[in-house]
Amino acid sequence: MTTIAESHHHHHAPTGIKRWLFTTNHKDIGTLYLLFALLMFLTGGAMALVIRAELFQPGLQFVEPHFFNQMTTVHGLIMVFGAVMPAFTGLANWMIPMMIGAPDMALPRMNNWSFWILPFAFFILLMSLFMEGGGPAFGWTFYAPLSTTYSNDNTALFVFAVHIMGISSIMGAINVIVTIVNMRAPGMTYMKLPLFVWTWLITAFLLIAVMPVLAGAVTMVLTDKYFGTDFFNAAGGGDPVMFQHIFWFFGHPEVYIMILPAFGVISTIIPTFSRKKLFGYASMVYATASIAFLSFIVWAHHMFTTGMPLAGELFFMYSTMLISVPTGVKVFNWVATMWRGSISFEVPMLFSIAFIVLFTLGGFSGLMLAITPVDFQYHDTYFVVAHFHYVLVTGAVFSIMAGAYYWLPKWTGNMYHIGLAKAHFWLSLISVNILFFPMHFVGLAGMPRRIPDYALQFADFNALISIGGFAFGLSQLLFVAVVYKCAKGGQKVPAKVWDGAEGLEWEVDSPAPYHTFSEPPEVK
Amino acid sequence: MNNVKLLKKLILTSLLMFAFAFALVPLYDVFCDITGLNGKPNMEQAKVSANSDESRSVRVTFITHAQAGAPFKVKAKRYSVDVSPGEMERIEFIAQNLSSSDKIMQAVPSVAPGRAAKYLHKVSCFCFNQQPLTSKGSADLPLLFYLDETLPNDIHEVTLSYTIYDITADVKGKVASNSNSDGELTNENSI
Repeated sequence: MTTIAESHHHHHAPTGIKRWLFTTNHKDIGTLYLLFALLMFLTGGAMALVIRAELFQPGLQFVEPHFFNQMTTVHGLIMVFGAVMPAFTGLANWMIPMMIGAPDMALPRMNNWSFWILPFAFFILLMSLFMEGGGPAFGWTFYAPLSTTYSNDNTALFVFAVHIMGISSIMGAINVIVTIVNMRAPGMTYMKLPLFVWTWLITAFLLIAVMPVLAGAVTMVLTDKYFGTDFFNAAGGGDPVMFQHIFWFFGHPEVYIMILPAFGVISTIIPTFSRKKLFGYASMVYATASIAFLSFIVWAHHMFTTGMPLAGELFFMYSTMLISVPTGVKVFNWVATMWRGSISFEVPMLFSIAFIVLFTLGGFSGLMLAITPVDFQYHDTYFVVAHFHYVLVTGAVFSIMAGAYYWLPKWTGNMYHIGLAKAHFWLSLISVNILFFPMHFVGLAGMPRRIPDYALQFADFNALISIGGFAFGLSQLLFVAVVYKCAKGGQKVPAKVWDGAEGLEWEVDSPAPYHTFSEPPEVK
Repeated sequence: MNNVKLLKKLILTSLLMFAFAFALVPLYDVFCDITGLNGKPNMEQAKVSANSDESRSVRVTFITHAQAGAPFKVKAKRYSVDVSPGEMERIEFIAQNLSSSDKIMQAVPSVAPGRAAKYLHKVSCFCFNQQPLTSKGSADLPLLFYLDETLPNDIHEVTLSYTIYDITADVKGKVASNSNSDGELTNENSI
């Protein structure tokens, strides 16, 4: 392992664009991932604003329904595969080697590849929007036959884009596993790993298990559409419902791929600003592993209305509810960590506390959706939209923001403008709830998702939701400003930026030198 | 374990999971077959039934609908029949080709409630084969079926639904690439 680390220990690194194109340094690649994720977050956010502008009033105002469908589809794809997943991969690249005392990722060249194929995937996906017939318009879940019989010829571009995204995340996951298994500093046993490293290790295994299944699903769509196979075509002996089974066999572990690293970030930040050790470290590890296991046996709760037999509905209902047990363990552990701690409310802590409250809210609506009989009412309504935006925006995205504010001084060596950062937090917190909370109400009242128009009685709530949407979207520009200013300069910070922080990453200088832990540290 | 060894194992795992996605296709059918879930009826030709359970009667209803764009009208001559489990019944369907070109149709059956699917046996069924229909032509299509005597007692009504597909383009494409076929393809790729 040391030979790989030393082989790129040269001092004639290329400069300019070549530095970034050819880099094998985990910090450079982490930065690339994070900046790419930010760009995609803003792109996907702009699409969300198109959706919200159209839904500000009933009737059709700005866009054609077909374009509206493309916006909902590509917004989902970009936020899942372009924003949340690369952001966590970026955090993993930056932090995992530093947290375990390794000089770099184990497979640096593959690391370069896994990042640099990603922009091409999204280039292909975004360009399909400008082609004749438009981009994918069948929802990010690309249910057959929408994606096979009723889609346009640009579907092949969607398929190849998803293939590239999948290959990228599989390579990233392999790198994380090899790094954690092989490159821990002496004395860093598994049960001493920081929780962010643990959650990422488990996430990486989930990625390796399910991203190939997604690749299989899109390949079947491709051959069904272009090469005359009948995987999902009932006339040829296939079954469209099988598409949903295969998709959600990927899709449900996927949602934990997006939330387990978030748990890791929050488990890192809460103890720092509570000035206490994390409550129940071992139970956190086992809870994460249990969630990962359970994520494989609950997929059909997305499909209660497809006409499953009662036994199946009951099985998937109970197994889904079971997930709230390990998740509850985590939430209670975070609260217990804060209990009687000397809490201070720095910006990362604000985001983390908001995460705990709002993610739990999203968890509760998820529990409601798990109940089969009521799911028949909630299915495909805005209640579902409210649920997954609470867990993904105020969950995953807030944790990424928390992580960025937590480690940004370590990355740049400068403290960011705290006033601006706090403004970003409070504006985001208020607007995100104006944006997503009323969706619960219109959803329960029966407003269907993915439709560019709605019945008149939903008009007031939708206007409010759109105002929240634009406020939340524009607030994120503050984040861009904070990051930009911080990268340019600011008050210098010491190696240990936060006085309550623990971990090897705080033992190296700020900003973190280009090469860290060339000599493995001693872990007691 | 060194990096390359672990890398190879993990790549192999990814490839196996890719293969697993395709393995899910037959597994799914096997699972539905064994459990009778999903209303997927048995597509194998059943043996004739010898005895019947006269003590109870089950209403079997026949519905059909053509997939959007499929130019067929298929209707059972009798909308529903009351049968005893084990009792054989013959139903005639009238199929019409509404278009002015020769077409081939495929009927795909489905049974509701889904758990009754495995108790419905078809001795002969037009859904076993692709059905060619000349332009504006019609045909009488028979179905010979019975319900298994072990049908659960709480099932009093069974609906047999046929979805009618136009597979002319698919079959023509396959015929072109398969010279020893005369258009009357058997339904070997079904299920």
